[in-house]
Amino acid sequence: MLVVTSGKGGVGKTTSTAALGAALAHGGQKVVVIDFDIGLRNLDLVMGAERRVVFDLINVINGVAKLSQALLRDRRLENLYLLAASQTRDKDALTEEGVANVVEELRPKFDWVICDSPAGIERGATLAMRHADVAIIVTNPEVSSVRDSDRIIGLLDSKTAKAERGECVEKKILITRYHSPRTARGEMLPIDDVLEILSCPLLGIIPESQEVMRASNVGSPVTLNNALSAPARAYFDAARRLKGEHIPMYVPSESRGFLNALFGRRAA
Amino acid sequence: MSLFHFLRRGGSAPIARERLQILLAHERTASSQPDLLAVLREEILAVIGRHVSFEPEKVQIKVSRDKSTSTLAVDIEIPNGGRTFDAAHPHSRLTFSPRNVSRTDQWVV
Repeated sequence: MLVVTSGKGGVGKTTSTAALGAALAHGGQKVVVIDFDIGLRNLDLVMGAERRVVFDLINVINGVAKLSQALLRDRRLENLYLLAASQTRDKDALTEEGVANVVEELRPKFDWVICDSPAGIERGATLAMRHADVAIIVTNPEVSSVRDSDRIIGLLDSKTAKAERGECVEKKILITRYHSPRTARGEMLPIDDVLEILSCPLLGIIPESQEVMRASNVGSPVTLNNALSAPARAYFDAARRLKGEHIPMYVPSESRGFLNALFGRRAA
Repeated sequence: MSLFHFLRRGGSAPIARERLQILLAHERTASSQPDLLAVLREEILAVIGRHVSFEPEKVQIKVSRDKSTSTLAVDIEIPNGGRTFDAAHPHSRLTFSPRNVSRTDQWVV
């Protein structure tokens, strides 16, 4: 049970949930991704399943639909499933007990249950992290994102079921929108600084790339849309690290030739 | 503005790092405090309120801190003639004698 969270909005939680979910499923794992952003659902759109959603998480919690009716199987990967958020404005529909029931029902059936947290530190975000064993904190190398990540880490250490049992949620930082030329020029916080400030281990570094938007435009996780692109390779590596494999940390500027030069020039 | 920017080129990330370190050191200690105080206040008053009647607005809670220890002081002013009763025998009410409560009692927790 994994939560993808960040505190701050727009840092890439939904993109990362879709990309990691697809990468894990591509590697043969059985994966379900759940959108906890009640009222502002987007994971279905990024996954290209928006027109197939009939029942959602709230319907399951309210007993309107069975879990098996609400789970959407991905059209590209047969072991990747989606449980969409609802469009209802009523956030109170998300109850602690209801979420616990859904999670307990999913846990034995899947290798990975990945919760896409809404931004903020309100109910939706705390419920998304509530039953997590592992948390991926998506962070941009930028002051407001790092500060919000720090707040989220504080919540993970105090408000989760594991924390209340005296255990610890495993926390991993995923740096997104990393731009190595700007870091080299001292304009962007270096990875080491971010990790030192947040004092958590690193899961991966996703370079800033046009591929991310290109993939969401067509409704496909970036790891499926263009598996050879820089962000997709970074997500594949991160997914393998999640499975416990030891993959050397990949710093985008060092090992990428023409693609990197292309990105560097465009944004400079 | 652009000239200023140009002069600082290559150097804003260390400033970001320093600002964050100072801010987060402050926030990490501050964030746990308000919650803790509110919870302590509520629970301490509930316990004392079972045995002694007092006016909620005449309660002061202070936290002071020096290098090695923190002190939480709870000041509850109990009016003369304040009442208490034995929880095991709710009907046997006792009145405080002035000797007990003519001053402001102080609990240091």
